Amino acid sequence: MPNLTPFFCYQLALGVLLAGALLPPAAGRHNRLAGILGAAGALTGSALGLAGAGLALLDGGFATAQWSWGSLGLNLCLRLDGLAAFFLVPVFLLVFLGALYATGYLHLPARSYQGARHWFCFNLLALSMALVVGAGDSLLFLLSWELMSLASFFLVIFDLADEGAKRAGWIYLVATHLGTAFLFYMFFEEYRLSGSTEFAALTVLTSLPVAGAALFFLLALLGFGTKAGLFPLHSWLPEAHAAAPSHVSALMSGVMIKTAVYAFLRMVTFLPPLPPWCGLLAAGLGMTGALAGIALASIQNDLKRSLAYSTVENIGLIFLGIGLWLYCRGRGLEVAATLLLAGALLHVWNHALFKSLLFFGAGSLLHATGTREISRMGGLLRRLPVTGGLLLLGAGAIGALPPLNGLISEWLLYLGLLQAGQGSVGGQAFLFMFFVILLAMVGAVVLLTMSRIIGICLLGEPRSPESRVAREAGPAMLTAMTLAALGCLGVGILPGQVVGLLAAPLAVLAPGAMAPNQAGLPFGPAWSAAALLFFLALVALVACRYRWRGVDAGLATWGCGFGKPSPRMSYTAGGYSQLAQETVYCVGLQPTVSGERRQDLFPAAWQWWTELIDPILARGFTPIFARITSLAASGRTIQSGQLSLYFTYFFAATILLLGWAIFS
Amino acid sequence: MLASLFFHLLLLLGLSPLLAGIINRVKAKVGGRRGQPLLQLYFDLAKLFRKRMVISATTTWLFRAGPVVGIVVPLLAALLLPLGPVPAVISFSGDLILFVYLLGLARFFTILAALDTGSSFEGMGAAREATFSILVEPTIFVVFIVLARLAGDFSLNGMFVPVRAGFNTPAGIAMSLAIICLFIVLLAENCRIPFDDPNTHLELTMIHEVMVLDHSGPDLGLILYGAAMKLLLSATLIANLLRPATGSPLLDTLAFLAITLLLAGAVGLVESAMARLRLIRVPQLLIGTSLLSFLALILLLR
Repeated sequence: MPNLTPFFCYQLALGVLLAGALLPPAAGRHNRLAGILGAAGALTGSALGLAGAGLALLDGGFATAQWSWGSLGLNLCLRLDGLAAFFLVPVFLLVFLGALYATGYLHLPARSYQGARHWFCFNLLALSMALVVGAGDSLLFLLSWELMSLASFFLVIFDLADEGAKRAGWIYLVATHLGTAFLFYMFFEEYRLSGSTEFAALTVLTSLPVAGAALFFLLALLGFGTKAGLFPLHSWLPEAHAAAPSHVSALMSGVMIKTAVYAFLRMVTFLPPLPPWCGLLAAGLGMTGALAGIALASIQNDLKRSLAYSTVENIGLIFLGIGLWLYCRGRGLEVAATLLLAGALLHVWNHALFKSLLFFGAGSLLHATGTREISRMGGLLRRLPVTGGLLLLGAGAIGALPPLNGLISEWLLYLGLLQAGQGSVGGQAFLFMFFVILLAMVGAVVLLTMSRIIGICLLGEPRSPESRVAREAGPAMLTAMTLAALGCLGVGILPGQVVGLLAAPLAVLAPGAMAPNQAGLPFGPAWSAAALLFFLALVALVACRYRWRGVDAGLATWGCGFGKPSPRMSYTAGGYSQLAQETVYCVGLQPTVSGERRQDLFPAAWQWWTELIDPILARGFTPIFARITSLAASGRTIQSGQLSLYFTYFFAATILLLGWAIFS
Repeated sequence: MLASLFFHLLLLLGLSPLLAGIINRVKAKVGGRRGQPLLQLYFDLAKLFRKRMVISATTTWLFRAGPVVGIVVPLLAALLLPLGPVPAVISFSGDLILFVYLLGLARFFTILAALDTGSSFEGMGAAREATFSILVEPTIFVVFIVLARLAGDFSLNGMFVPVRAGFNTPAGIAMSLAIICLFIVLLAENCRIPFDDPNTHLELTMIHEVMVLDHSGPDLGLILYGAAMKLLLSATLIANLLRPATGSPLLDTLAFLAITLLLAGAVGLVESAMARLRLIRVPQLLIGTSLLSFLALILLLR
């Protein structure tokens, strides 16, 4: 092959993924065959794509291809530049890991259509995500965007017997289309202004007046924010990510919502310098979402919901970085702007790595115990030692603990905020410092959430019979998790090199800005050596201590003199977060409590239960949609179903139209 | 740098158990008792390290990892700090973030080791530790920001220098508020009265003591040692700001050490004068401290 360029690899990957989507249905009811065909397509396609995207990221070049059908007026365009390559790397990586994990995770009957259905949707989702990031015109973008929504919707409702999943899928479908409506409007406006669907023609937008630019910014924020799960448009996310099969959750949480971040950034590159409130709005929503998301994550009883809310938090952090980058650039805070943008970009990668690891781990726990409820697990580190260890590593990474990858991107965000605060005075300085403080608070709540997940799910005694007999996950699942974990560790140990990779996307987003590595970061060889040494020394020390003799083992945990402790007495997930929930979190995040305690002379049965709600969904969207439904229902009175009445309507309408035609 | 490393390790490994002795001695004197020997913690540690330990059948390797991380992390974190005139062993711009997250790592493992026992008692302690850290963390960051703003530097080595501003200037007032906040953070982070009582056992309002209830023998020794180091670390933060800058290294070092020990005495006095707060009051005090640190920040940015 003479021209095995990165772009060619990328196109080839698209072709292989398409084949991987179309072949499994040909296998019909043979689930095994469908699985082999689908997984082979996904694995080879994503490996090819990963190679292409990685190479494109390294050389930072620009490539484009076009297909025109003049008779139809269609003109589709693919383009690959530094920014697209940067987002394609996690897309293909997670598709690879997800497909690998799925081969061990899916347990299907020998003959059904489920295998074909799953792999068809999975590979279409992979294909559409790759197309969204590589699209060079708005038509192809919207087509693949819609394909992405539909494919992920069908994956969410994969288990058709699960009513909860169907409801979650429905909420997701409605939310994502409401968001897409804003995008349609945005792209129509752009077409009107530029006269072309191609992104390359959108450079005319740079001459927009401030109000026009702000309108586009708001439309992008609403449209892409819905898909990304930006607060307060996040309500679909915990539902859908919790209900989907775990590898799909990983894919959706890890990269699908990041394609919205990509598209948002891409849109911003076309716009002229924005008024300051635009950046502050994005940052403010991001920070609020980070706080609300992680607070809600820390009180969920459902493991996957908890992880999904933590995704809302991480998206919030990414938008915090992007928003403040927009605010800082052009205000004499260039170093801070670069650091904040670099932090946001790196967090996209980091979150893809650790969130996929955590969702895979959650899937393995779900697989082993048959429940998603945190308080019904317990003692699983003993029963699933490898999965447990990897989950612990993922929890440390998301908690930004050294020497893992979460620390690196949060470091960039912190340093950017501190630099910006140091470089400004008065209220503006206070604003940045306030964000630092909130970020610190978010960090502490992340630790609470993660220690709760690890501590209640993996440690202590099994809290249900299923947890008692839980077994370790299969080799395919463990391999996928190990690769993600190695990614977390790798970014933590080689931060200098990874931050160096940000040069390509930064060249697209902020041309002429300095490289973040020149902004006084400590990520050199010394850091790498120290981080590696620290990790190995810690592991070695713990291993030495664990093998240390002089232990009288085999006794029960001291129960303050109580001789027969039972698992029912152990601490629950609800108990663990109760203090924070009652003393730290605001009233709006509290669960609703129903039922009452009867005060009666004689004992009687009474019920009392708490319900965890998403405050935005329960108090915001649900009432609004209920109101719209009732308004729509009141319109039904004119539709009595009598034929004569409809003839009257026709007649009246004709008369009116005639009158209008005559008198106008 | 090697000399600095040696001094750090010597101080941390050698001096840290003394602080607990001073606190207990001050408490005893104020209470009219003779009290334990000053070196009691040294004796305790020596005894504990010679013992065997009892380990619950519920626990996993994480239970054993908690004490190890609990002692490695304060040692590492200390290397980022200057100790009086002795500069930090490792110092770079932004190391304050690493400092905070290293302590977070220790907290994470201590919490997990507690939860590993499966006991509700330890679960309660772990939940409290995690919850109160949400309220302590902002204060630490505000204080760090105030110091960084005053010093124009993001490295702990540049931030923790003796106060130069007069106490009637905004900078001086902000600095005094920051020192007060650091002292309260010291009490909270090291589980002293009024946040926690290190002397009680099996009280439902305990935090740290209840988390380590199941550790015994050398593991308990490691935990006590780690806790002593953390206390020393917190005290040196304040002593670095309060120490005089005479220019003579020897004099400065001695003054720094004296202030560190005096701070232990101050902790003892606070513990003698106050009772432990009800658990429900603890968040209020912590939020109050955050507000106080905010005041310092606003004064500085005004």
